[in-house]
Amino acid sequence: MNEDLNAWLLALVQTGTFVLLAPLFSGWVKRVKCWLQNRRSPSLLQPYRDLWRLFGKETLVSYTASPLFRIAPYIIAGSTLLAAAVVPLLAVNLPTAAIADVIVLAGFFALARFFLALAGMDVGTAFGGMGSSREMTLSALAEPAMLIAVFTLAMVASSTNLSTVINHTLADGMVLRPSFLFALLSLILVAMAETGRIPVDNPATHLELTMIHEAMILEYSGRHLALVEWAAQLKLMIYGVLIANIFFPWGIATHLNGSVLFIAVAAIGIKLLVLGTALALGESMLAKMRLFRVPAFLTLALTLALIGLLSHIILEVN
Amino acid sequence: MLNQLPLYQQAILTLAAMILFSSFALLAQNRVLAMIHVFAWQGLLVALTTTFVAYDSGAHHLYFSAALTVALKVLFIPWLLHRLVRRMGIDREMHEVGHPAMVLMTAAALVIFCYYVAQPIHQLSTSITRNTIAISMAVVVLGLLMLITRNKAVSQVIGFMSLENGLFFAAVAATNGMPMVVELGIAFDVLVAAVIFGVFFFHIRDSIDSLDVAQLNQLAEHDQ
Repeated sequence: MNEDLNAWLLALVQTGTFVLLAPLFSGWVKRVKCWLQNRRSPSLLQPYRDLWRLFGKETLVSYTASPLFRIAPYIIAGSTLLAAAVVPLLAVNLPTAAIADVIVLAGFFALARFFLALAGMDVGTAFGGMGSSREMTLSALAEPAMLIAVFTLAMVASSTNLSTVINHTLADGMVLRPSFLFALLSLILVAMAETGRIPVDNPATHLELTMIHEAMILEYSGRHLALVEWAAQLKLMIYGVLIANIFFPWGIATHLNGSVLFIAVAAIGIKLLVLGTALALGESMLAKMRLFRVPAFLTLALTLALIGLLSHIILEVN
Repeated sequence: MLNQLPLYQQAILTLAAMILFSSFALLAQNRVLAMIHVFAWQGLLVALTTTFVAYDSGAHHLYFSAALTVALKVLFIPWLLHRLVRRMGIDREMHEVGHPAMVLMTAAALVIFCYYVAQPIHQLSTSITRNTIAISMAVVVLGLLMLITRNKAVSQVIGFMSLENGLFFAAVAATNGMPMVVELGIAFDVLVAAVIFGVFFFHIRDSIDSLDVAQLNQLAEHDQ
Protein backbone atom coordinates (compact mmCIF):
# COMPACT_ATOMS: atom_id res chain seq x y z
CA MET A 1 0.00 0.00 0.00
CA ASN A 2 2.71 2.41 1.06
CA GLU A 3 4.79 1.44 -1.97
CA ASP A 4 1.82 2.18 -4.22
CA LEU A 5 1.29 5.56 -2.66
CA ASN A 6 4.96 6.42 -3.14
CA ALA A 7 4.78 5.43 -6.78
CA TRP A 8 1.73 7.61 -7.39
CA LEU A 9 3.41 10.46 -5.54
CA LEU A 10 6.49 10.13 -7.70
CA ALA A 11 4.32 10.04 -10.83
CA LEU A 12 2.73 13.32 -9.74
CA VAL A 13 6.11 14.85 -8.95
CA GLN A 14 7.42 13.69 -12.31
CA THR A 15 4.54 15.26 -14.22
CA GLY A 16 4.96 18.45 -12.20
CA THR A 17 8.67 18.54 -13.03
CA PHE A 18 7.81 18.02 -16.68
CA VAL A 19 5.42 20.95 -16.73
CA LEU A 20 7.65 23.27 -14.73
CA LEU A 21 10.84 22.52 -16.65
CA ALA A 22 9.36 22.74 -20.15
CA PRO A 23 9.84 26.54 -20.44
CA LEU A 24 13.39 26.12 -19.15
CA PHE A 25 14.15 23.66 -21.97
CA SER A 26 12.91 26.08 -24.63
CA GLY A 27 14.87 28.82 -22.90
CA TRP A 28 18.00 26.70 -23.16
CA VAL A 29 17.45 26.03 -26.89
CA LYS A 30 16.92 29.76 -27.44
CA ARG A 31 20.07 30.60 -25.48
CA VAL A 32 22.29 28.21 -27.47
CA LYS A 33 20.84 29.59 -30.70
CA CYS A 34 21.72 33.12 -29.56
CA TRP A 35 25.28 32.05 -28.77
CA LEU A 36 25.65 30.45 -32.17
CA GLN A 37 24.40 33.59 -33.88
CA ASN A 38 26.72 35.88 -31.86
CA ARG A 39 23.83 37.57 -30.11
CA ARG A 40 23.34 38.31 -26.43
CA SER A 41 20.88 35.76 -25.14
CA PRO A 42 17.90 36.51 -22.93
CA SER A 43 17.97 34.99 -19.48
CA LEU A 44 17.14 31.30 -19.15
CA LEU A 45 14.11 32.35 -17.13
CA GLN A 46 12.70 34.55 -19.90
CA PRO A 47 10.06 31.99 -21.00
CA TYR A 48 8.73 31.94 -17.42
CA ARG A 49 8.55 35.74 -17.36
CA ASP A 50 6.72 35.72 -20.69
CA LEU A 51 4.20 33.20 -19.40
CA TRP A 52 3.79 35.17 -16.14
CA ARG A 53 3.20 38.38 -18.08
CA LEU A 54 0.64 36.71 -20.35
CA PHE A 55 -1.23 35.22 -17.38
CA GLY A 56 -1.50 38.70 -15.88
CA LYS A 57 -2.83 40.31 -19.03
CA GLU A 58 -6.40 40.88 -20.04
CA THR A 59 -7.81 38.17 -22.30
CA LEU A 60 -9.40 39.65 -25.38
CA VAL A 61 -11.74 37.46 -27.39
CA SER A 62 -13.11 38.43 -30.76
CA TYR A 63 -16.91 38.94 -30.83
CA THR A 64 -17.21 36.38 -33.63
CA ALA A 65 -15.63 33.68 -31.47
CA SER A 66 -17.73 30.69 -30.39
CA PRO A 67 -17.42 29.04 -26.95
CA LEU A 68 -15.06 26.52 -28.57
CA PHE A 69 -12.47 29.29 -28.92
CA ARG A 70 -12.50 29.78 -25.15
CA ILE A 71 -12.45 26.08 -24.26
CA ALA A 72 -9.76 25.03 -26.77
CA PRO A 73 -6.70 26.32 -24.82
CA TYR A 74 -7.75 24.30 -21.77
CA ILE A 75 -8.26 21.15 -23.84
CA ILE A 76 -4.92 21.66 -25.61
CA ALA A 77 -3.05 22.26 -22.36
CA GLY A 78 -4.92 19.43 -20.63
CA SER A 79 -4.25 16.77 -23.23
CA THR A 80 -0.61 17.80 -23.50
CA LEU A 81 -0.37 17.56 -19.72
CA LEU A 82 -1.84 14.04 -19.83
CA ALA A 83 0.65 13.15 -22.57
CA ALA A 84 3.45 14.35 -20.30
CA ALA A 85 2.11 12.16 -17.49
CA VAL A 86 2.49 9.07 -19.69
CA VAL A 87 6.12 9.63 -20.69
CA PRO A 88 8.75 8.29 -18.24
CA LEU A 89 10.95 11.24 -17.32
CA LEU A 90 12.75 10.10 -14.18
CA ALA A 91 11.58 6.57 -13.47
CA VAL A 92 10.04 3.62 -15.27
CA ASN A 93 7.31 1.30 -13.94
CA LEU A 94 5.25 4.15 -12.55
CA PRO A 95 1.48 3.63 -12.32
CA THR A 96 0.77 6.36 -14.89
CA ALA A 97 2.91 4.55 -17.44
CA ALA A 98 0.91 1.38 -16.90
CA ILE A 99 -2.38 3.15 -17.70
CA ALA A 100 -1.51 4.35 -21.18
CA ASP A 101 0.85 3.24 -23.93
CA VAL A 102 2.51 5.06 -26.78
CA ILE A 103 -0.52 4.89 -29.06
CA VAL A 104 -2.54 6.75 -26.45
CA LEU A 105 0.29 9.28 -26.40
CA ALA A 106 -0.10 9.80 -30.15
CA GLY A 107 -3.84 10.11 -29.50
CA PHE A 108 -3.34 12.89 -26.94
CA PHE A 109 -1.21 14.78 -29.43
CA ALA A 110 -3.85 14.29 -32.12
CA LEU A 111 -6.59 15.56 -29.76
CA ALA A 112 -4.59 18.70 -28.92
CA ARG A 113 -3.84 19.28 -32.59
CA PHE A 114 -7.49 18.82 -33.58
CA PHE A 115 -8.69 21.48 -31.15
CA LEU A 116 -5.84 23.81 -32.06
CA ALA A 117 -6.85 23.58 -35.71
CA LEU A 118 -10.53 24.13 -34.85
CA ALA A 119 -9.65 27.16 -32.72
CA GLY A 120 -7.53 28.51 -35.55
CA MET A 121 -10.50 28.39 -37.90
CA ASP A 122 -13.07 29.53 -35.34
CA VAL A 123 -12.69 33.30 -35.53
CA GLY A 124 -12.63 33.25 -39.30
CA THR A 125 -9.45 35.18 -40.03
CA ALA A 126 -7.43 34.33 -43.10
CA PHE A 127 -4.28 33.47 -41.17
CA GLY A 128 -6.05 31.10 -38.79
CA GLY A 129 -7.63 29.04 -41.56
CA MET A 130 -4.37 28.93 -43.50
CA GLY A 131 -2.42 27.80 -40.43
CA SER A 132 -4.99 25.12 -39.59
CA SER A 133 -5.00 23.72 -43.09
CA ARG A 134 -1.22 23.58 -43.15
CA GLU A 135 -1.02 22.00 -39.72
CA MET A 136 -3.47 19.25 -40.63
CA THR A 137 -1.73 18.57 -43.95
CA LEU A 138 1.65 18.17 -42.29
CA SER A 139 0.36 16.13 -39.39
CA ALA A 140 -1.41 13.75 -41.76
CA LEU A 141 2.02 13.09 -43.27
CA ALA A 142 3.97 13.06 -40.00
CA GLU A 143 1.68 10.76 -38.04
CA PRO A 144 2.20 7.60 -40.17
CA ALA A 145 5.97 8.06 -39.91
CA MET A 146 5.74 8.46 -36.15
CA LEU A 147 3.48 5.43 -35.75
CA ILE A 148 5.69 3.19 -37.90
CA ALA A 149 8.78 4.28 -35.95
CA VAL A 150 6.91 3.55 -32.72
CA PHE A 151 5.74 0.17 -34.03
CA THR A 152 9.36 -0.70 -34.75
CA LEU A 153 10.19 -0.09 -31.10
CA ALA A 154 7.10 -2.01 -30.07
CA MET A 155 8.10 -4.99 -32.20
CA VAL A 156 11.60 -5.04 -30.73
CA ALA A 157 10.27 -5.00 -27.17
CA SER A 158 7.03 -6.90 -27.94
CA SER A 159 5.04 -4.19 -26.19
CA THR A 160 3.70 -0.72 -26.92
CA ASN A 161 4.13 0.34 -23.32
CA LEU A 162 6.90 2.91 -22.97
CA SER A 163 8.12 1.54 -19.64
CA THR A 164 8.42 -1.97 -21.06
CA VAL A 165 10.27 -0.68 -24.13
CA ILE A 166 12.75 1.20 -21.93
CA ASN A 167 13.20 -1.82 -19.64
CA HIS A 168 13.88 -3.98 -22.69
CA THR A 169 16.53 -1.58 -23.99
CA LEU A 170 18.13 -1.43 -20.55
CA ALA A 171 18.21 -5.22 -20.29
CA ASP A 172 19.72 -5.52 -23.78
CA GLY A 173 22.67 -3.31 -22.87
CA MET A 174 24.78 -1.60 -25.51
CA VAL A 175 23.76 -3.10 -28.82
CA LEU A 176 23.90 -1.74 -32.34
CA ARG A 177 20.39 -2.17 -33.71
CA PRO A 178 19.77 -1.09 -37.30
CA SER A 179 16.05 -0.76 -36.56
CA PHE A 180 16.66 1.57 -33.60
CA LEU A 181 19.07 3.66 -35.64
CA PHE A 182 16.50 4.27 -38.36
CA ALA A 183 13.61 4.70 -35.93
CA LEU A 184 15.69 7.31 -34.09
CA LEU A 185 16.43 9.27 -37.27
CA SER A 186 12.78 9.08 -38.29
CA LEU A 187 11.54 10.23 -34.88
CA ILE A 188 13.95 13.17 -34.94
CA LEU A 189 12.54 14.32 -38.28
CA VAL A 190 8.96 13.81 -37.07
CA ALA A 191 9.71 15.71 -33.87
CA MET A 192 11.08 18.64 -35.87
CA ALA A 193 7.92 18.75 -37.97
CA GLU A 194 5.49 18.22 -35.10
CA THR A 195 6.99 20.77 -32.75
CA GLY A 196 7.27 23.36 -35.50
CA ARG A 197 11.02 23.83 -35.61
CA ILE A 198 13.23 24.86 -38.54
CA PRO A 199 13.25 23.52 -41.35
CA VAL A 200 9.48 22.99 -41.20
CA ASP A 201 8.25 26.00 -39.26
CA ASN A 202 10.06 28.88 -37.62
CA PRO A 203 9.13 29.29 -33.94
CA ALA A 204 10.83 32.69 -33.68
CA THR A 205 8.73 34.68 -36.14
CA HIS A 206 5.29 36.22 -36.21
CA LEU A 207 3.38 37.43 -39.24
CA GLU A 208 5.16 35.66 -41.99
CA LEU A 209 3.44 33.98 -44.85
CA THR A 210 5.25 30.72 -44.09
CA MET A 211 4.22 30.29 -40.49
CA ILE A 212 2.10 27.37 -39.34
CA HIS A 213 1.78 27.17 -35.58
CA GLU A 214 1.89 30.93 -35.01
CA ALA A 215 -0.79 31.47 -37.64
CA MET A 216 -3.27 29.34 -35.73
CA ILE A 217 -2.78 31.08 -32.38
CA LEU A 218 -2.65 34.61 -33.77
CA GLU A 219 -6.06 35.50 -32.30
CA TYR A 220 -5.23 34.34 -28.78
CA SER A 221 -4.19 36.69 -26.01
CA GLY A 222 -3.70 36.73 -22.27
CA ARG A 223 -4.02 33.49 -20.33
CA HIS A 224 -5.32 31.62 -23.41
CA LEU A 225 -2.13 32.41 -25.29
CA ALA A 226 -0.06 31.53 -22.23
CA LEU A 227 -1.70 28.09 -22.03
CA VAL A 228 -1.23 27.38 -25.74
CA GLU A 229 2.41 28.45 -25.66
CA TRP A 230 3.09 26.46 -22.51
CA ALA A 231 1.55 23.42 -24.22
CA ALA A 232 3.84 23.95 -27.23
CA GLN A 233 6.90 24.11 -24.96
CA LEU A 234 5.69 21.01 -23.14
CA LYS A 235 5.29 19.17 -26.45
CA LEU A 236 8.87 20.02 -27.43
CA MET A 237 10.08 18.69 -24.08
CA ILE A 238 7.98 15.51 -24.43
CA TYR A 239 9.55 14.76 -27.79
CA GLY A 240 13.00 15.49 -26.34
CA VAL A 241 12.43 13.15 -23.41
CA LEU A 242 10.97 10.46 -25.68
CA ILE A 243 14.05 10.50 -27.89
CA ALA A 244 16.45 10.69 -24.95
CA ASN A 245 14.85 8.02 -22.80
CA ILE A 246 13.81 5.45 -25.39
CA PHE A 247 17.06 5.36 -27.33
CA PHE A 248 19.48 6.27 -24.55
CA PRO A 249 17.70 5.12 -21.39
CA TRP A 250 20.83 4.76 -19.25
CA GLY A 251 20.48 6.52 -15.94
CA ILE A 252 16.70 6.32 -15.62
CA ALA A 253 15.49 5.03 -12.23
CA THR A 254 14.14 1.48 -12.28
CA HIS A 255 13.19 1.43 -8.60
CA LEU A 256 12.26 4.11 -6.13
CA ASN A 257 15.26 4.99 -4.06
CA GLY A 258 16.79 8.33 -3.13
CA SER A 259 20.22 7.99 -4.72
CA VAL A 260 18.90 6.28 -7.86
CA LEU A 261 16.41 9.10 -8.35
CA PHE A 262 19.17 11.66 -7.90
CA ILE A 263 21.19 9.96 -10.65
CA ALA A 264 18.05 9.91 -12.83
CA VAL A 265 17.60 13.68 -12.42
CA ALA A 266 21.23 14.32 -13.31
CA ALA A 267 21.07 11.92 -16.29
CA ILE A 268 17.94 13.38 -17.86
CA GLY A 269 19.31 16.88 -17.24
CA ILE A 270 22.49 16.10 -19.16
CA LYS A 271 20.60 14.30 -21.93
CA LEU A 272 18.23 17.22 -22.45
CA LEU A 273 21.11 19.74 -22.40
CA VAL A 274 22.87 17.77 -25.14
CA LEU A 275 19.66 17.30 -27.12
CA GLY A 276 18.76 20.99 -26.83
CA THR A 277 22.23 21.97 -28.01
CA ALA A 278 21.92 19.59 -30.96
CA LEU A 279 18.51 21.04 -31.83
CA ALA A 280 19.84 24.61 -31.71
CA LEU A 281 22.84 23.57 -33.81
CA GLY A 282 20.59 21.95 -36.40
CA GLU A 283 18.30 24.96 -36.48
CA SER A 284 21.23 27.30 -37.00
CA MET A 285 22.66 25.24 -39.84
CA LEU A 286 19.47 24.54 -41.79
CA ALA A 287 17.41 27.04 -43.68
CA LYS A 288 13.65 26.97 -43.50
CA MET A 289 12.13 24.87 -46.24
CA ARG A 290 9.58 25.98 -48.75
CA LEU A 291 6.20 24.65 -47.61
CA PHE A 292 5.87 22.52 -50.72
CA ARG A 293 9.16 20.80 -49.93
CA VAL A 294 7.98 19.69 -46.50
CA PRO A 295 6.05 16.63 -47.83
CA ALA A 296 9.37 15.38 -49.27
CA PHE A 297 10.97 15.91 -45.85
CA LEU A 298 8.21 13.87 -44.20
CA THR A 299 8.41 11.21 -46.91
CA LEU A 300 12.05 10.85 -45.90
CA ALA A 301 10.91 10.34 -42.30
CA LEU A 302 8.41 7.72 -43.47
CA THR A 303 11.08 5.95 -45.55
CA LEU A 304 13.46 5.87 -42.60
CA ALA A 305 10.74 4.46 -40.37
CA LEU A 306 9.82 1.85 -42.98
CA ILE A 307 13.45 0.79 -43.38
CA GLY A 308 13.71 0.55 -39.60
CA LEU A 309 10.68 -1.74 -39.51
CA LEU A 310 11.89 -3.84 -42.45
CA SER A 311 15.42 -4.14 -41.10
CA HIS A 312 14.03 -5.35 -37.80
CA ILE A 313 12.05 -8.08 -39.57
CA ILE A 314 14.77 -9.02 -42.05
CA LEU A 315 17.95 -8.62 -40.03
CA GLU A 316 17.14 -8.95 -36.35
CA VAL A 317 14.57 -11.68 -35.95
CA ASN A 318 16.35 -15.01 -35.19
CA MET B 1 19.70 -12.78 -30.09
CA LEU B 2 21.32 -9.61 -31.32
CA ASN B 3 22.95 -8.64 -28.03
CA GLN B 4 24.93 -11.88 -27.91
CA LEU B 5 26.66 -11.18 -31.21
CA PRO B 6 30.10 -9.57 -31.26
CA LEU B 7 30.20 -5.91 -32.21
CA TYR B 8 31.52 -6.38 -35.75
CA GLN B 9 28.65 -8.74 -36.56
CA GLN B 10 26.17 -6.15 -35.30
CA ALA B 11 28.03 -3.67 -37.50
CA ILE B 12 27.53 -5.94 -40.55
CA LEU B 13 23.77 -5.92 -39.97
CA THR B 14 23.64 -2.16 -39.41
CA LEU B 15 25.72 -1.51 -42.51
CA ALA B 16 23.41 -3.77 -44.52
CA ALA B 17 20.44 -1.68 -43.42
CA MET B 18 22.34 1.47 -44.40
CA ILE B 19 23.04 0.00 -47.85
CA LEU B 20 19.31 -0.58 -48.23
CA PHE B 21 18.71 3.03 -47.22
CA SER B 22 21.22 4.25 -49.80
CA SER B 23 19.25 2.36 -52.46
CA PHE B 24 16.07 4.15 -51.38
CA ALA B 25 17.97 7.44 -51.42
CA LEU B 26 19.13 6.77 -54.99
CA LEU B 27 15.54 6.09 -56.01
CA ALA B 28 14.29 9.36 -54.54
CA GLN B 29 17.22 11.60 -55.49
CA ASN B 30 16.63 13.95 -58.41
CA ARG B 31 19.85 15.94 -58.62
CA VAL B 32 22.52 14.38 -60.79
CA LEU B 33 25.53 15.27 -58.66
CA ALA B 34 23.81 14.21 -55.44
CA MET B 35 22.91 10.92 -57.10
CA ILE B 36 26.57 10.29 -57.96
CA HIS B 37 27.55 11.07 -54.37
CA VAL B 38 24.95 8.68 -52.96
CA PHE B 39 26.23 6.02 -55.34
CA ALA B 40 29.78 6.56 -54.06
CA TRP B 41 28.54 6.28 -50.45
CA GLN B 42 26.77 3.05 -51.31
CA GLY B 43 30.03 1.67 -52.71
CA LEU B 44 31.83 2.68 -49.53
CA LEU B 45 29.22 0.96 -47.36
CA VAL B 46 29.48 -2.21 -49.46
CA ALA B 47 33.28 -2.12 -49.15
CA LEU B 48 33.05 -1.65 -45.37
CA THR B 49 30.62 -4.54 -45.05
CA THR B 50 32.94 -6.71 -47.15
CA THR B 51 35.82 -5.86 -44.83
CA PHE B 52 33.80 -6.86 -41.77
CA VAL B 53 32.65 -10.08 -43.46
CA ALA B 54 36.28 -10.83 -44.33
CA TYR B 55 37.25 -10.33 -40.69
CA ASP B 56 34.31 -12.45 -39.54
CA SER B 57 34.81 -15.38 -41.92
CA GLY B 58 38.59 -15.28 -42.25
CA ALA B 59 38.29 -15.23 -46.05
CA HIS B 60 41.31 -13.07 -46.78
CA HIS B 61 40.66 -12.58 -50.47
CA LEU B 62 37.63 -10.46 -49.46
CA TYR B 63 39.99 -7.72 -48.24
CA PHE B 64 41.25 -7.52 -51.79
CA SER B 65 37.66 -7.36 -53.12
CA ALA B 66 36.90 -4.55 -50.69
CA ALA B 67 39.96 -2.61 -51.84
CA LEU B 68 38.91 -3.16 -55.46
CA THR B 69 35.40 -1.87 -54.67
CA VAL B 70 36.81 1.26 -53.05
CA ALA B 71 39.12 1.92 -55.97
CA LEU B 72 36.47 1.36 -58.62
CA LYS B 73 33.08 2.25 -57.21
CA VAL B 74 33.97 4.84 -54.61
CA LEU B 75 36.72 6.67 -56.45
CA PHE B 76 37.03 5.94 -60.16
CA ILE B 77 33.46 5.58 -61.47
CA PRO B 78 32.00 8.49 -59.46
CA TRP B 79 34.95 10.61 -60.62
CA LEU B 80 34.35 9.58 -64.23
CA LEU B 81 30.60 10.29 -64.02
CA HIS B 82 31.31 13.61 -62.29
CA ARG B 83 33.62 14.64 -65.10
CA LEU B 84 31.22 13.53 -67.83
CA VAL B 85 28.31 15.33 -66.23
CA ARG B 86 30.29 18.54 -65.86
CA ARG B 87 31.67 18.35 -69.39
CA MET B 88 28.16 17.95 -70.77
CA GLY B 89 26.99 20.83 -68.60
CA ILE B 90 24.16 18.92 -66.99
CA ASP B 91 25.45 19.01 -63.41
CA ARG B 92 22.62 21.30 -62.30
CA GLU B 93 19.94 19.41 -64.17
CA MET B 94 17.01 17.96 -62.25
CA HIS B 95 16.00 14.42 -63.11
CA GLU B 96 12.42 14.44 -61.93
CA VAL B 97 11.07 11.22 -60.49
CA GLY B 98 7.50 10.61 -61.60
CA HIS B 99 5.16 9.77 -58.70
CA PRO B 100 7.81 9.69 -55.92
CA ALA B 101 5.39 8.31 -53.31
CA MET B 102 4.33 5.50 -55.67
CA VAL B 103 7.96 4.60 -56.33
CA LEU B 104 8.62 4.56 -52.60
CA MET B 105 5.69 2.26 -51.88
CA THR B 106 6.68 -0.04 -54.76
CA ALA B 107 10.21 -0.15 -53.39
CA ALA B 108 8.97 -1.10 -49.92
CA ALA B 109 6.76 -3.83 -51.43
CA LEU B 110 9.72 -5.15 -53.43
CA VAL B 111 11.85 -5.35 -50.29
CA ILE B 112 9.16 -7.44 -48.61
CA PHE B 113 8.97 -9.63 -51.72
CA CYS B 114 12.75 -10.16 -51.61
CA TYR B 115 12.48 -11.09 -47.95
CA TYR B 116 10.02 -13.87 -48.77
CA VAL B 117 12.09 -15.07 -51.73
CA ALA B 118 15.24 -15.27 -49.58
CA GLN B 119 13.47 -17.03 -46.72
CA PRO B 120 14.35 -20.62 -47.89
CA ILE B 121 18.04 -19.72 -48.31
CA HIS B 122 17.94 -18.18 -44.88
CA GLN B 123 16.86 -21.47 -43.32
CA LEU B 124 19.69 -23.43 -44.94
CA SER B 125 22.51 -21.23 -43.75
CA THR B 126 24.01 -20.57 -40.34
CA SER B 127 26.35 -17.70 -41.15
CA ILE B 128 25.74 -14.23 -39.77
CA THR B 129 25.34 -12.82 -43.27
CA ARG B 130 22.38 -15.08 -44.08
CA ASN B 131 20.01 -12.29 -43.07
CA THR B 132 21.64 -9.85 -45.45
CA ILE B 133 20.93 -11.98 -48.53
CA ALA B 134 17.42 -10.53 -48.68
CA ILE B 135 18.89 -7.02 -48.43
CA SER B 136 21.34 -7.63 -51.26
CA MET B 137 18.53 -8.99 -53.45
CA ALA B 138 16.50 -5.91 -52.58
CA VAL B 139 19.40 -3.68 -53.70
CA VAL B 140 19.43 -5.51 -57.05
CA VAL B 141 15.67 -5.18 -57.50
CA LEU B 142 15.68 -1.52 -56.45
CA GLY B 143 18.42 -0.92 -59.03
CA LEU B 144 16.10 -2.46 -61.63
CA LEU B 145 13.25 -0.27 -60.40
CA MET B 146 15.49 2.76 -60.84
CA LEU B 147 16.27 1.68 -64.41
CA ILE B 148 12.53 1.51 -65.12
CA THR B 149 11.44 4.74 -63.45
CA ARG B 150 14.12 7.04 -64.87
CA ASN B 151 14.19 8.61 -68.31
CA LYS B 152 17.60 10.20 -68.32
CA ALA B 153 20.58 8.14 -69.42
CA VAL B 154 22.84 9.23 -66.54
CA SER B 155 20.39 8.14 -63.82
CA GLN B 156 19.86 4.85 -65.63
CA VAL B 157 23.58 4.20 -65.63
CA ILE B 158 23.75 4.95 -61.91
CA GLY B 159 20.83 2.58 -61.38
CA PHE B 160 22.69 -0.10 -63.31
CA MET B 161 25.87 0.41 -61.30
CA SER B 162 23.91 0.25 -58.05
CA LEU B 163 22.38 -3.02 -59.29
CA GLU B 164 25.92 -4.31 -59.73
CA ASN B 165 26.67 -3.21 -56.15
CA GLY B 166 23.76 -5.40 -55.07
CA LEU B 167 25.09 -8.40 -57.00
CA PHE B 168 28.51 -8.01 -55.45
CA PHE B 169 26.97 -7.68 -51.99
CA ALA B 170 24.87 -10.80 -52.64
CA ALA B 171 28.01 -12.75 -53.53
CA VAL B 172 29.72 -11.56 -50.35
CA ALA B 173 26.68 -12.28 -48.19
CA ALA B 174 25.77 -15.68 -49.61
CA THR B 175 29.08 -17.35 -50.37
CA ASN B 176 31.79 -15.10 -48.92
CA GLY B 177 32.58 -13.71 -52.34
CA MET B 178 33.25 -15.27 -55.72
CA PRO B 179 36.54 -16.79 -56.88
CA MET B 180 39.15 -14.13 -57.48
CA VAL B 181 39.22 -14.68 -61.25
CA VAL B 182 35.49 -14.05 -61.55
CA GLU B 183 35.65 -11.01 -59.31
CA LEU B 184 38.50 -9.48 -61.27
CA GLY B 185 36.61 -10.18 -64.48
CA ILE B 186 33.47 -8.45 -63.20
CA ALA B 187 35.45 -5.50 -61.89
CA PHE B 188 37.05 -5.11 -65.31
CA ASP B 189 33.62 -5.41 -66.98
CA VAL B 190 32.21 -2.65 -64.80
CA LEU B 191 35.19 -0.48 -65.56
CA VAL B 192 34.79 -0.97 -69.31
CA ALA B 193 31.02 -0.48 -69.04
CA ALA B 194 31.52 2.85 -67.29
CA VAL B 195 33.84 4.06 -70.06
CA ILE B 196 31.51 2.83 -72.81
CA PHE B 197 28.51 4.45 -71.13
CA GLY B 198 30.47 7.68 -71.13
CA VAL B 199 30.98 7.42 -74.89
CA PHE B 200 27.32 6.54 -75.35
CA PHE B 201 26.20 9.64 -73.45
CA PHE B 202 27.83 11.76 -76.10
CA HIS B 203 26.41 9.66 -78.94
CA ILE B 204 22.87 9.82 -77.57
CA ARG B 205 23.16 13.53 -77.07
CA ASP B 206 24.53 14.07 -80.56
CA SER B 207 21.71 12.13 -82.20
CA ILE B 208 18.69 13.36 -80.23
CA ASP B 209 20.02 16.54 -78.61
CA SER B 210 19.10 15.29 -75.15
CA LEU B 211 19.88 12.53 -72.70
CA ASP B 212 16.20 11.74 -72.27
CA VAL B 213 16.02 8.21 -73.62
CA ALA B 214 12.21 8.31 -73.67
CA GLN B 215 12.61 10.26 -76.90
CA LEU B 216 14.17 7.19 -78.49
CA ASN B 217 10.71 5.62 -78.46
CA GLN B 218 9.33 8.15 -80.91
CA LEU B 219 9.53 7.37 -84.59
CA ALA B 220 9.24 10.90 -85.88
CA GLU B 221 11.80 13.50 -84.92
CA HIS B 222 9.14 15.99 -83.91
CA ASP B 223 5.69 15.42 -82.49
CA GLN B 224 3.10 15.71 -85.18
